[in-house]
Amino acid sequence: MRNVFAVARKDVLIEWRARLLLVRVLPFALLVLVLFAVALDSEALLTRAAAGLVWLAAMFATLLVVQRCFDIETADGALDMLLTSVVEPSRVFFGKVLAVAAQLLVLVVVLLGGAVVLYGVRIDAAGLVLLVTTVVTAVIGLASVGTLYGAVVAQLTGRDSLLPLLAMPVLAPLLIGASRATESAFGSQTIDLATGWAWTSLLAVFGVVFAAAGAASFATLTEPDA
Amino acid sequence: MSESMPARGASTLNLRGTSTPATRIIGVLALAVMTWVVVSAFFFTAPDVVQGDSVRIMYAHVPAAWVAYLAFVTTAIASGFSLVRRHRTLGFDRVAGASAEVGVLFMGLALVTGSLWGRLTWGTFWQWDPRLTTTLFLFITYVGYLAVRRIDASPERRAKRSAVLALLAVLEIPLVHFSVVLWRSLHQEASVLNPDGDVRLDGLMLFTLFSGVVAFTLAFVWLVIHRQRLQTLVDLQGTVGLDSALAARATEAVLR
Amino acid sequence: MPVGSSGSVIHLRDAVVAPAGFPALAGATLDVGAGELVALRGANGAGKTTLLRLCAGLAPLARGAASVLGVDLAGNRATVRRSVGFVGHRNGLYGELTARENIAFVATLVGATHDEVEVVLDGFGLVGRLADTRASALSAGQRRRTALASLAIRRARLWLLDEPHAALDVDSRQQLDRVFREATASGVTVVYTTHERYTDSQRMPRTITLDAGRVVHDHA
Repeated sequence: MRNVFAVARKDVLIEWRARLLLVRVLPFALLVLVLFAVALDSEALLTRAAAGLVWLAAMFATLLVVQRCFDIETADGALDMLLTSVVEPSRVFFGKVLAVAAQLLVLVVVLLGGAVVLYGVRIDAAGLVLLVTTVVTAVIGLASVGTLYGAVVAQLTGRDSLLPLLAMPVLAPLLIGASRATESAFGSQTIDLATGWAWTSLLAVFGVVFAAAGAASFATLTEPDA
Repeated sequence: MSESMPARGASTLNLRGTSTPATRIIGVLALAVMTWVVVSAFFFTAPDVVQGDSVRIMYAHVPAAWVAYLAFVTTAIASGFSLVRRHRTLGFDRVAGASAEVGVLFMGLALVTGSLWGRLTWGTFWQWDPRLTTTLFLFITYVGYLAVRRIDASPERRAKRSAVLALLAVLEIPLVHFSVVLWRSLHQEASVLNPDGDVRLDGLMLFTLFSGVVAFTLAFVWLVIHRQRLQTLVDLQGTVGLDSALAARATEAVLR
Repeated sequence: MPVGSSGSVIHLRDAVVAPAGFPALAGATLDVGAGELVALRGANGAGKTTLLRLCAGLAPLARGAASVLGVDLAGNRATVRRSVGFVGHRNGLYGELTARENIAFVATLVGATHDEVEVVLDGFGLVGRLADTRASALSAGQRRRTALASLAIRRARLWLLDEPHAALDVDSRQQLDRVFREATASGVTVVYTTHERYTDSQRMPRTITLDAGRVVHDHA
């Protein structure tokens, strides 16, 4: 556990120094929200689509955060140092998932705020509990899948375009689940709270499955070869 | 230890081509059964009571979808072996890659024939039906898999990454399918005029469909064997055996 | 020098490494004992880097026998990586972190204390403002020293360094050589590749020359 937190703390510290989340990823994600509003051009439609749009924007932003999370390791060959010497690869994986999840948590909270301001979404007390649970489970799922597929494409040429192609289909259940659960938390008429909780449990299963898969395959993915 | 030397089994290969007596037999059989399927599908079988002649698409669609799933299962199994059997990594990797290529081809065929059938039966090319949606995601997943295989990396690295990817797809597909089923069950639209496309099959129709599955499976096996052997030859091209490479390296020292 | 697999840190017998089919190392035979300082020389493409990568457990052994720190490289080469430190052309540092933070991070991973971090920083001349400068702002020599300091805090018993003197000025080179002597005095084995010519015969380390993937000259 000590190593997991050490890796996570190191990643967050580097992110804090570079502030890429603040100056690039957050503005980009908010821009996506604004552009959706312009493209859809209907306030009724926006309120209805708000949940899906927030998570779509979060998904795009995840790709940027994950790419960055591997770039800091490969820029000066630190990943080799990390993996070829001291740490159990699965611990590095969990540390990175933690760091990515922390950043995504900030991001999703800002995006939800954006939805309230821009899309006129309302959240009541009963919905808030569901919303918080959904955000936490979905963010863990996003971070697990993102970090796992980030490792699949790490150090490959053309990884910037490969990552979306590989990770997005896998994230489909998460996008569906998180959007529906958030929709119900937003108090839309289409989905009741109980169904919302059912979706959140799907998200939890999703997160556990891919966190386990990532821990199991991280060593193979990062094994140095001739 | 990785397999950087010429692939095993290369020596048994006729270096002028990729066919052997076995593949010739499979090829001829595939052709013969396929001919029967085409003739029977178009001339012998009766049109469906509800769907009419459009039901004939089924004889290509169902076998194509079957082969696609068979191919992806093959890819997953071969990938598993390529990770476990370290000395045969590249051999299993070639089978996995060949199978996925053929699988994507047949899945594309299944999607196209399916949407043509949908146009005729439902009046629309696409329905957000759980099975269709899952199939689409499966298709995109393996297109991504093939994209990774095309990357210019060392064969060992490529083999490892793509093997993990193929095994992850096995995890992904049930989750995608489950979530899509749950998603569609929420708002079932009544716009689909026709029933779900179930067909009452008489004996000859069933036999033709079965023959189609056999024919497509044979074609799949034939394609994968040839593709895999071709890849072996490509990998061999330019690489000499380690012994001659070492001998060449020894003369290099003398020359300097 | 007595040659035997038991006492030696590096033990190679006709070791062949052939990434992508090309035998970059084409049958090298070599023994290095504990606490030795060894310079690897040879033209570009002679197999120096490949030899280091083999010993670091980063490149697979295709033929022959090889063991490092008593671990058979034909078997589980991942095991050897824990006690070996490899610094290639890249230093493996995080540019946004200071020299001290870089070392402290590795220290946390291996369970070393704060005091040990300070001792190592001192030992590698990373004192005062230097220790609190971001790695990206350090000079090439300072970065190299930080990378070596992280090997020290890991207590790596074998240092494998690929051209550690490259891009360093005279002062930094001398500092590096001093670091090597101190490390070997404490029992660490240091093997590095170099293009340096040693003029001062007293300071000359054991020099092994590679050509076309083989050891052609071994001058103790």
